[in-house]
Amino acid sequence: MNNYKLIYKVSVVVVAVLIALMVGAFIIIAVGGDVFNTYWIIISMPFKSMRSFSEVLIRMIPLLIIALGIAVSSRSGIINIGAEGQMYMGIIAATAIATNCQGLPKILVVPLCIIAGGIAGGLFGFIPGWLKAKLEVSELLSTVMLNYVAAQFFSFCIRVPLLDPAEKSGTPMSRRVAENATLSRLFRGMSLHQGIFLAIILVVVIYILLFKTTWGYKMRAAGASERAARYGGINVSKYLIISMVISGACAGMAGAVELMGVQGRAVEQMTGGYGFSGVVVALFGALHPLWIVPASFFFGILLYSQVNLQILTSVPPNLVKALQGLIILIIVAVQMVISNPYSMERFRKRFFAKRGKTKKKEA
Amino acid sequence: MDFVVNTLTLTVRFAVTLMIASMGEMFNQKAGIFNLGCEGIMSVGAFLGMLIPFSMVGAGQAPGYVNILGLILGTVCGALLGLIFGIIVITFRAPQGIAGIGMQMFGVGLAGTFFRSFIGGTQSITGISSMEIPLLSKIPVIGKILFTHNPLVYFAYLLVPVAWYVIFKTPWGLKVRAVGTHPRAADSLGINVTKIRYQSLAVGGAMAGFAGAFLTLCQAKMFNAEIIGGRGFIAVALVYFGQWHPIKIFLGALLFTFAQTLQTQIQIFVPQFQAYEFLTMLPYILVIVVLAFNRKSNRLGPAALGKPFNREMRV
Repeated sequence: MNNYKLIYKVSVVVVAVLIALMVGAFIIIAVGGDVFNTYWIIISMPFKSMRSFSEVLIRMIPLLIIALGIAVSSRSGIINIGAEGQMYMGIIAATAIATNCQGLPKILVVPLCIIAGGIAGGLFGFIPGWLKAKLEVSELLSTVMLNYVAAQFFSFCIRVPLLDPAEKSGTPMSRRVAENATLSRLFRGMSLHQGIFLAIILVVVIYILLFKTTWGYKMRAAGASERAARYGGINVSKYLIISMVISGACAGMAGAVELMGVQGRAVEQMTGGYGFSGVVVALFGALHPLWIVPASFFFGILLYSQVNLQILTSVPPNLVKALQGLIILIIVAVQMVISNPYSMERFRKRFFAKRGKTKKKEA
Repeated sequence: MDFVVNTLTLTVRFAVTLMIASMGEMFNQKAGIFNLGCEGIMSVGAFLGMLIPFSMVGAGQAPGYVNILGLILGTVCGALLGLIFGIIVITFRAPQGIAGIGMQMFGVGLAGTFFRSFIGGTQSITGISSMEIPLLSKIPVIGKILFTHNPLVYFAYLLVPVAWYVIFKTPWGLKVRAVGTHPRAADSLGINVTKIRYQSLAVGGAMAGFAGAFLTLCQAKMFNAEIIGGRGFIAVALVYFGQWHPIKIFLGALLFTFAQTLQTQIQIFVPQFQAYEFLTMLPYILVIVVLAFNRKSNRLGPAALGKPFNREMRV
């Protein structure tokens, strides 16, 4: 009876995917690459060996953590595109602690660094949240501006106060974090580290927070309809700020994990675009903690392909960024088409007209 | 003295980028479209502004028409990207904030991809050099500040009164404002809301593309993937700061460019100042502070800003 709805939704998604692949193919042809080879490298390389698979997973960890935070804030009606800056702040705090904790046991230092990263990111997320709630500053503008502020502050920190004294070449970078502040690798010869446990824990925590607690209910209510929530007695600005702090804390923790698990020291350009990709992942996962897991895996593949594209093809890795933007544009358009009852009705009339007539006769 | 004159001269010249971009953004917002993709469109414009002169004459002095060709190509492609953004937010009625982020990533990524494959690494071009206007540039101080720029700068400044005239004194400007304030009322009076919004996006995109091309041809004289560096976002913020009025936006652009030029000039003239990152932060912090103390201006904006219009929807 109702299967035309399903067919409608599936066909919309299929058309959207085809459009995305086609635009991507045009770009690849324009830069003189081989379309099928490029797509094949993106999809197949991660599954070539366990090592490359774990490369995908270590890119998935920060994406997943950041996207969880962005899901919380987006559900509360505030779009956090400042994850990049919050991640920088988290890295600074975690580096400051990780490089100054010699002699303490590992079980103490690692959580301390992650918490410090979370607090720094959360405080940095508090600013745009407070500005939005109290002074009506658009969060889209304030978070973007704070990204640049944080990036500058970060490069100051690794150039002056956190600079590695042993580094003579003049490249700004911090000291290497001590052994008691690194997340150990899970398997020999693979880069996958313990940070994945934090990511899994956070998925559960954020899921419970959003769907099983009063806080989460009030946040979602504030995001669904601000006026209705206010009428229902919910302190909207309070939950707005809280959601931004949680979102920032997630990004900060992702920074700490990236520091302790992958890079080992704070270096320039360390966030590597994870903040913006996190927005794409959160949208792709429909702002639902459980769907964000496969979404972040998919984007882990995409980010990992940057490395392979550079080695194996003539296609510049910047293509991945263009594809991400394209995916956002297509997702938002597709969501509107799917939820539009009018066009669904038109689709039914066009392709399922007979069934409609027979129904009327029966009635 | 040198310091002051230099700073002011560069401010007058560099203000053009922000000014044109935010003027274009004003056209978008007056019609009710919040285009956060300005940054991406500027990036593509900047790349095309570089590509044509570079591929035709390399790093040498390009004849005037080649630079103009780059400028025109940047403008046209900017308009096209504006129309693509229109398909997403007008025809599909997608939420404009997120779609804008998508547009930004798409534009920056696209420009970066083509840049890597057609040009390779960072290269510089001669671009459009500045010229001294005979007589007028001989006036002490003021002559140097105001009359030593290339013709494009004056053309760009001329666009400010033109934009004011178009938006407030022409029938099309009236339609744009109507569509951004109360699309349903405009629709009932026979104005084609969709068409006007598409047109304003094309105008805004063209101006963003122009601003990007100006940036590479007259200001930076080189290109890299991060060259816009948030100018597109500042342009969007400037529209709020200027309360959707061309003249105020123009003043805002001058102020912010002054802040930006001041920090680069301090780095040049006072090299012993070590923590220059804090100076670089200054313009961005200024944006936030201005927006925070300007909360009333949110209510002066177009009433239907950011709201998609659906003719078929019941009210």
